[in-house]
Amino acid sequence: MKRHLISAADLSRDDAVLILDTAEEMARVADRPIKKLPTLRGRTVVNLFFEDSTRTRISFEAAAKRLSADVINFSAKGSSVSKGESLKDTALTLEAMGADAVVIRHHDSGAPHRLATSGWIGGSVVNAGDGTHEHPTQALLDAFTMRRRLVGPDAGIGRDLAGRRITIVGDILHSRVARSNVHLLNTLGAEVTLVAPPTLVPIGVETWPCEVSYDLDAVLPKSDAVMMLRVQRERMNAAFFPTEREYARRYGLDGDRMARMPEDAIVMHPGPMNRGMEITAEVADSDRCTAVEQVANGVSTRMAVLYLLLGGSEPAVAPQNNARTEENK
Amino acid sequence: MDAVIPAADPARPVLEAPDIARVLTRIAHEIVERAKGAGDVVLLGIPTRGVFLAHRLAAKLEEITGARTPVGSLDITMYRDDLRLRPARALARTEIPGEGIDGKLVVLVDDVLFSGRTIRAALDALNDIGRPRAVQLAVLVDRGHRELPIRADYVGKNLPTSLRETVKVQLTEEDGRDSVLLGVRAAAPADGQ
Repeated sequence: MKRHLISAADLSRDDAVLILDTAEEMARVADRPIKKLPTLRGRTVVNLFFEDSTRTRISFEAAAKRLSADVINFSAKGSSVSKGESLKDTALTLEAMGADAVVIRHHDSGAPHRLATSGWIGGSVVNAGDGTHEHPTQALLDAFTMRRRLVGPDAGIGRDLAGRRITIVGDILHSRVARSNVHLLNTLGAEVTLVAPPTLVPIGVETWPCEVSYDLDAVLPKSDAVMMLRVQRERMNAAFFPTEREYARRYGLDGDRMARMPEDAIVMHPGPMNRGMEITAEVADSDRCTAVEQVANGVSTRMAVLYLLLGGSEPAVAPQNNARTEENK
Repeated sequence: MDAVIPAADPARPVLEAPDIARVLTRIAHEIVERAKGAGDVVLLGIPTRGVFLAHRLAAKLEEITGARTPVGSLDITMYRDDLRLRPARALARTEIPGEGIDGKLVVLVDDVLFSGRTIRAALDALNDIGRPRAVQLAVLVDRGHRELPIRADYVGKNLPTSLRETVKVQLTEEDGRDSVLLGVRAAAPADGQ
C-alpha cells in the first residue's frame, strides 16, 4: 500500500483484498465484550473536517479509538479556518502537534492530494471525501458489504468481486462515492453499470471503466447489488430534472422494482437517505437493504485502513503471490 | 539424532511425523491428568501452526475422554511488542469457541517457544476476551532463549539451540509433511518470534 489513501484508484487488487480481509477480522472485535485493541497506542489521528459530516467523522473517530489511537477532532467551524487560516498553516499546526495520520474531508476536490504531496506534513493522509472527486473509504466499506453479502463473511476471505454485477443509480455527476466505487469495483473485477438521467452523468464518463444506462428497469434484473445515491438537494440548483416526482418515478427504487431484482440481490445506500425520493420506505426498511449494515461495516473498514497504514514501521505490503489471485482473475 | 549433516541441506530433522504424533498423544494425556479429566479445557492455537496443533490435540483428547473439547484460534498480531519494527502485518483469524473462555482452563498451543514474547502478547489478547480460571501453555518445541519470565506447562521436546540455529516446524495441513527441522541461520540473527 502507498503511504496515503487519496483515491480508490491508488489501490491494487491485492491491496484492496488485504484491506477487506483485515476489515473482516476487525469486524469480529465488535462482537467482543471489550471492543478495543492496543495496536495504535501512542499514535495520533487528526480528523480534519472542512465540510459537514456526521457519519464519516464519527466512523473514523470510533475506528481510531477502537485501535487505541489518540484522536483530535478539528472542524473548520469554530476554528482558525473561519478566521481565514490557509490549508498550509493548518497543516503545519497539525504537523507540529505530531499527527501520525490526517483524515481530511474538504469541499474542494484535490485538497487531500495537495496535503499529501506538499511536504507540509510527515504522516499519512486519508481522504474522507473531497468535493466531487473521491471518497475511497466509502467505496471500501461498500465493497466489504458486497463481499460479505454476495460471497459470505468466511468464504469471502482472500476473494475479490469477480463477475458480480453492480448498478449505481442517481446523481453520478456530483457523487464522489460513485467515482471511488467505479475505480475500486473495477479493480476487484466487478462489472459496474451507472444509471442516471443524462443531465446527471459527468462529461468524460466514456473513459471510466463502466457501462452507462438511462433505463433503470432494463438493468435491475441483471444486478447483484443496486446502490442508490442520495439526490443532493443542495447541489440541485441547476434544474437537472423537471420535478422530484418525475425523478422518483423514473430513477427511484420502490417495492415493485425491487421485486424484479434477482432473489439474492441487495440494495445499498451510502446515507443519508431521502425516503420517498430515490428510495421508498418499503425498500429502505426491507432486509435486502444494507444501509445500516454499511454504517457498522464502515467502522471495521476504517479500522483496517488505519491499522494497515499506521500499524507498523511503514504501510503493509500486500502479499504478491496470493495463491487465489489467478483463479479470481 | 546424531545423523551426519549433508552439506547441501543444512536443515536436520529432529522430529519426524511418528515422533510428533507420539508427542501430541503424551501432551494430551498430561492435560487430562493435570486438569483431572479435561472437562473445562478450552484449546486455543496461535496462528498459523499452533491452530493445527490445537485441533490435533483436541482430537486426541476426544479419543481419551470421549468428550468434545472446544478448540479455537487466537491471533496475537495486534498485541505484538515489535509492531513498529516491521511494515504492518496481515492479520490471522481469532475464533473463540461459542462456550467462551470465562471460568475455563485455557490451554494456549504454539509450535515453538522461543523468546516468550508471542505468549506475552497472547496473555494480553486473552485479557480482552474474558477471564479464564487458569491459563496453561503447550508447545511442540521449546528451544530456550527466553526474554520474559514465561515457561511452558506441556513441552513436546526440549531442544537446546544456539541463537545461530533456526527451528522450523512443518505440519501436513500447511506444509504437506510433518517434521521439525533444525538449521543454521545464513545471515545475522533477526529478532525472535
